[in-house]
Amino acid sequence: MKKMIKLLVIAVMMLPAIVAASGGAHLYEAPIDINDKESLKRGAQAFGDYCYSCHAASFMRFNRIAKDLEMDEQEVRDMLIHTRGKKGNPTKIGDLMKVSMTDDYAKTAFGTAVPDLSLAARARGADWIYTYLRSFYVDENRPTGFNNVVFADVGMPHVLWSLQGLQEPVYETVVHGTVEVDEIVELKSIQAGKLSRVEYDVFLGDLTNFMVYMAEPVQVERRSMGWKVLLFLIVFFGFAYALKKEYWKDVH
Amino acid sequence: MGNLMAWIDERFPATKLWNEHLAEYYTPKNFNFMYFFGSLALLVLVIQIVSGIFLTMHYKPDAAMAFASVEYIMRDVPYGWLIRYIHSTGATAFFIVVYLHMLRGLMYGSYKKPRELIWLFGMFIYLALMAEAFMGYLLPWGQMSYWGAQVIISLFSAIPVVGDDLTLWIRGDFVIGDATLNRFFALHVIALPFVLVFLVIAHIIALHEVGSNNPDGVEIKKTKDANGIPLDGIPFHPYYSVKDIAGVVVFLFFFSVIMFYFPDGGGYMLEHANFIASDPLKTPEHIAPVWYFTPFYAILRAVPDKLMGVGAMFGAIAVLFILPWIDRCKVKSIRYRSGIFKANLIMFCVSFVVLGWLAMQPVNETITFLSRLFSFLYFAFFAILFVTSKNERTKPVPDRVTS
Repeated sequence: MKKMIKLLVIAVMMLPAIVAASGGAHLYEAPIDINDKESLKRGAQAFGDYCYSCHAASFMRFNRIAKDLEMDEQEVRDMLIHTRGKKGNPTKIGDLMKVSMTDDYAKTAFGTAVPDLSLAARARGADWIYTYLRSFYVDENRPTGFNNVVFADVGMPHVLWSLQGLQEPVYETVVHGTVEVDEIVELKSIQAGKLSRVEYDVFLGDLTNFMVYMAEPVQVERRSMGWKVLLFLIVFFGFAYALKKEYWKDVH
Repeated sequence: MGNLMAWIDERFPATKLWNEHLAEYYTPKNFNFMYFFGSLALLVLVIQIVSGIFLTMHYKPDAAMAFASVEYIMRDVPYGWLIRYIHSTGATAFFIVVYLHMLRGLMYGSYKKPRELIWLFGMFIYLALMAEAFMGYLLPWGQMSYWGAQVIISLFSAIPVVGDDLTLWIRGDFVIGDATLNRFFALHVIALPFVLVFLVIAHIIALHEVGSNNPDGVEIKKTKDANGIPLDGIPFHPYYSVKDIAGVVVFLFFFSVIMFYFPDGGGYMLEHANFIASDPLKTPEHIAPVWYFTPFYAILRAVPDKLMGVGAMFGAIAVLFILPWIDRCKVKSIRYRSGIFKANLIMFCVSFVVLGWLAMQPVNETITFLSRLFSFLYFAFFAILFVTSKNERTKPVPDRVTS
C-alpha cells in the first residue's frame, strides 16, 4: 500500500515534466505600470492616432478616460474624438468609443471583421499584444505586404511601420523529431523607422499599458479597496476570536 | 418585548424554531477545522443569491446584448464590478467549500446510518449546484460560455434514439442561441435557486433530526445527563455561532484576496477566451470547462466511445449517491479505521485533483493515458471500499468524544 502511495506521489510530481508545455512563439514581457498616468496618457494618444480609426473600443467611454487619467475633457476630445455622429452632430464626451467602419466594409478591406479592442488585453494578455506589435515582417505573399510571427497570416496591415521601420525574417532549419521545419528565429531590420528600437519599445509599452487599463478601468480602484477590506477583516478577526475565546472558556 | 414574543409564539413557533435549531440544538463539542465548511457553504449561497439579484437588475438576457451588458456592469454601474466579482469569485468559493464539506463527510463517515438521507440531500444539492453553475456560465455570452455550453449540451446527443431530439429540446434551437440564453437565465435565476434553497432546508432539517456527527464518529446522544442533554453536546448558539463567525472572517479574508487581487483566477475562474464575445463561426483553440467541472470532464475524455464516456462521467457522480451503501464498515471516523481505508481515500483525493488538472491540458497520448489511469483509480476507490469495508480491521471506538 505504501509503495502505491509513493508511486502515486511520484507520478503526480512528475506530471508537469511528462507533459511538456505545448510550443507557441516566445512572448516578450510588456513593461506594464498601471499607476503611471503619463505612460497611460501617451498610450491613449498612440491608441487614438494609430488604432482607433479601424478598431473600436466600444465598451469604453471618452469621459471615463478623462476621469481616470486626470485629463480635462477638452484634452480627451483633442486626443481621441475626430468624428461626428450620424446626423453630423458632434460626438459627445460621454459616448462609447465606437468607430464608423462596418463589419461588411472591413471584410472587403481586410478579409475579416476588425476586432473590438476594449477587452483585448484580458483576452490575449499584455505580453501577447506587446510582442504582436513588435513582430510584423515583410511578406510579399500577403495582400497587405506584411505577416506576423505571433499571428500567422494576420489580416491587419503593419500600421506602425513608419515608426518601427521594416523587418525581414531570418530562418533556421529546426528538427522536430523526424521532420525538418524552417522556423523564424529572429527579425532583422532592413529599413529604419522614425523611432529607434528603444523608442519604439517604449511607445509599444505605453500603448500596451493603455490597453491593459482599458480592459479593466477599475483595476486601480479595485486594488486600493482590496487592502482596506483586508485590513478591516484582520481587525474584525481580533474581535471575533476574542468573543469565541470568551464563550468557549467554560467548554471542557 | 416579552409580551411581543408571547404574542408571536401563540401564532407562529418562532421561539420553538429558534430553540430547536440553534439555542437548544446540541452539537458535539469536538468539531475541528473541517466542520467550518457547512456553515460557509450556507454563507456562500446567501452571497450568491444577494449578489445575483443585483446583477439581474442590469444584466440583459438577450444574445445581442448580454456580452455588452456584462461590460456595462463592469464599467458603468456604480460598484457593478464589485458585485460581478463577488458573484464570479463566489462560484469558485462555493465549489471549494462544498468539496471540502464532502471530503469531511468522507473522512468522518458522516454519510453513514442514521445520516444517509443527509448525504442524499447533499448530493442532490451538489447536482443542482453543478447545473446552476453551468447555466450561469453561459450568461456572460463570451466565447467560452458559448463553446463550453455547446460541448456539454452536445453530450446528450450521445444518448441512443432520443439524443438529437433531446439536445434540440434543451437548446430550444438548432444551435445555441437567444432561446438557449433566455431559458438558461430563467433556470439560473429562478428555478435552480428555488431547488437549491429547498434542498438546503431539507439537508438541515434531516441533520437536526438525527444530530451532527463529529471527528470521532461517536453518537453523543448515547450518553445524556439527567436532563436528557448529551454530555458531550453544547448548544449550537452561542458556542458554534461565535466560532463560525471567526471562521467566516478568515474565509472572507481569502475570498477578498482572490476577488480584489486575482479576480480572473489566472484564467481559471474567468477564462481569457470569455473576454471575446461569443461567435458561432469561430471555435476557440482550446475549450476547457471551468475548474470545478474538470475532474468529470477528464473522465469523459478518457473514454474513447462518446456514449460510454458520457456514461462514465455521469457514473462518476452517480456512484457518490450510493456511497452510504458501498461503505459497509460500522466505524465512522477515519481515526479508527484501517490503513487500507486511509490509503484508499488519499488515492481518491489525489485522483480527483489530478483528473481536474488533466482536463485542462490539450489532449495528447500521455494525457489520455494518464486520464485513463486516474479515471480507473477514481472508480477503484469505490470498488476497494466495497470489498474491504465489510470486515475491516478497525481500532476500538471510544464511548465519548476525545478532546
